[in-house]
Amino acid sequence: MSKQLGEPLLFELSRPGRKAVELPVSDVPDAPLADLLAAADFRDDLPLPELAEPDVIRHYTHLSQRNYSIDSGFYPLGSCTMKYNPKINEEAARLPGFARLHPATPPRLAQGAMRVLYDMQHILAEIGGMDACSLQPAAGAHGELLGLMLIKAYHEDHGNGAIKDTILTPDAAHGTNPASAARCGYRTAAVKSHSRGRVDIDHLRSLLNERVAGIMLTNPNTLGLFEDNIDQIAELVHGVGGLLYCDGANMNALVGRARPGDMGFDVMHFNLHKTFSTPHGGGGPGSGPVAVKKALIPYLPSGLVAKTADGAYTFEKPGPLSIGSVAAGFGSFMVILRAYVYILTYGREKISRIAENAVLNANYLRMRLGKDLDVAYNELCMHECIFTAKRQQKAYGVKAYDIAKRLMDYGYHPPTIYFPLIVHEALMIEPTETESRETLDAFVEAMQAILTEARETPELLSAAPVTTPVRRLDEATAARHPCLRWSCDVSDGANDA
Amino acid sequence: MSVPENLRYSKSHEWVRIDGDTATVGITDHAQEELGDVALIQLPEVGRILLADGAFGEIESIKAVSELYSPVGGEVVAINEALEEAPETVNNDPYGDGWLIKLKVASPADADVLLDAAGYNALLEES
Ligand SMILES: Cc1ncc(COP(=O)(O)O)c(C=O)c1O
Repeated sequence: MSKQLGEPLLFELSRPGRKAVELPVSDVPDAPLADLLAAADFRDDLPLPELAEPDVIRHYTHLSQRNYSIDSGFYPLGSCTMKYNPKINEEAARLPGFARLHPATPPRLAQGAMRVLYDMQHILAEIGGMDACSLQPAAGAHGELLGLMLIKAYHEDHGNGAIKDTILTPDAAHGTNPASAARCGYRTAAVKSHSRGRVDIDHLRSLLNERVAGIMLTNPNTLGLFEDNIDQIAELVHGVGGLLYCDGANMNALVGRARPGDMGFDVMHFNLHKTFSTPHGGGGPGSGPVAVKKALIPYLPSGLVAKTADGAYTFEKPGPLSIGSVAAGFGSFMVILRAYVYILTYGREKISRIAENAVLNANYLRMRLGKDLDVAYNELCMHECIFTAKRQQKAYGVKAYDIAKRLMDYGYHPPTIYFPLIVHEALMIEPTETESRETLDAFVEAMQAILTEARETPELLSAAPVTTPVRRLDEATAARHPCLRWSCDVSDGANDA
Repeated sequence: MSVPENLRYSKSHEWVRIDGDTATVGITDHAQEELGDVALIQLPEVGRILLADGAFGEIESIKAVSELYSPVGGEVVAINEALEEAPETVNNDPYGDGWLIKLKVASPADADVLLDAAGYNALLEES
């Protein structure tokens, strides 16, 4: 890797004895390590790099200069909602009262932070049309797992734990949905999509029976389309005693305008790192709060914040049916805080503009780009639009993969490709609400130029990218023979891969 | 896209070659093309009994993980062990060295209900 990147690894820059800081001689009497630790805990074969401070800073600065982020350009990665992260979020997160707060500070000495948690539980529950919210999960997929554990606890508590063993997911679902269900001990069955890209109600009916514990739906779904039969789906699934889980990854299309709780969903997660503008994609930890209807409240994990009669904030003692704890303490506090600032910046009156502009931007791209690249399901879309390069593949042998790679040469982060799996040669483009018309137009022009190349000089696309620090990666070899760590034994060539 | 005449095909893009009471199963040229570079293949144990259309393993490419289905039922008598070291063989030679499993079939005539080359070509045209 190091050779291709043109940036040596810290291990390669290392020189014996070089160091960044000289610590003063300790005036604390020391004891031999062997008296403090068991022999099994010792190892002397751990070669850590030895460097001076400027070497380390330059190394990481060089790497950061290679980074592509939402602060450097348009990032239309579908389903991921790579929206701009307003700097006021960072401003608040750097206030010493938050930034310096030790996680173990007693709640009575951290009432400001406790209020942020309390308010967010309520704000998110309200945005979702739900009754309560746990802020513990560390990501969307973690939220899915918690949501399913709650569904399981509910069925067990109602004496149906043994019979309800199946979770339904649409064939267009994100891979984490069936994976979370399997991780939770459920068997899964896929519901087909019909020709308009929504849940096929007849197929759903054929899968419904008393074994169904619930269905996981993303709404709008992963094709960027609103599940317009959601009322009927809810009625059918509830009819067999199943619960409805909403994968909230696509809340950016709904926030302030429509609420999963009103559509019949019983439990949902939010991705604060998507809808609520906190850094992600290598930029920071995630946060996947789970909101529930009343019937699921008894099973919620610990870490819920309550307000006492005299206005103080405390951690609630979990009830007897609580499933316990799914993360340490109260979740990714600094992420929750940034999302809180974001929501308050819009306020109740203006928050719906997020969804309105996200949907407007996606449809603008659908109409403009749809002239040159086929739209998989060409009708009014929500916050993202799925295109297909099937025609280009058949005619010129150019794949979605090649188009995505070529976009990098034009200075853009590529969109999501090959998801959802039911669309051949899929390109899933999510512009988000913060992009101007000029940005969208420039992107369309770049895509048009690439599609012209696809027709006239397809070899440019199959060779792309040519302007990036590394050229096209051999993803298959990386998957077949992963090289996951630096090895001091350079003779095996592992570090050159 | 190559679709050999002497094979039978499933709608889920596997091929089968019947030879006496032995059936050899693999994925089609179209399937390997759709998947892209194959990174990992999980095959069943020898001795497993498969039902027709039953899942027998998984194939993972840089794009996606897909389930493998056996077009015919029978007992697994061999798996292509070379694929563990060289899964790319499925991309390079899907109908030859890239075969996946061999089955001992009770009634070889079961394969007659599968698509022939013309039928499979028609299926590819539709999609
Ligand atoms: C539709 C959908 N569901 C679930 C997830 C998982 O969310 P996370 O990455 O926060 O775990 C994603 C992530 O991209 C997604 O797009």
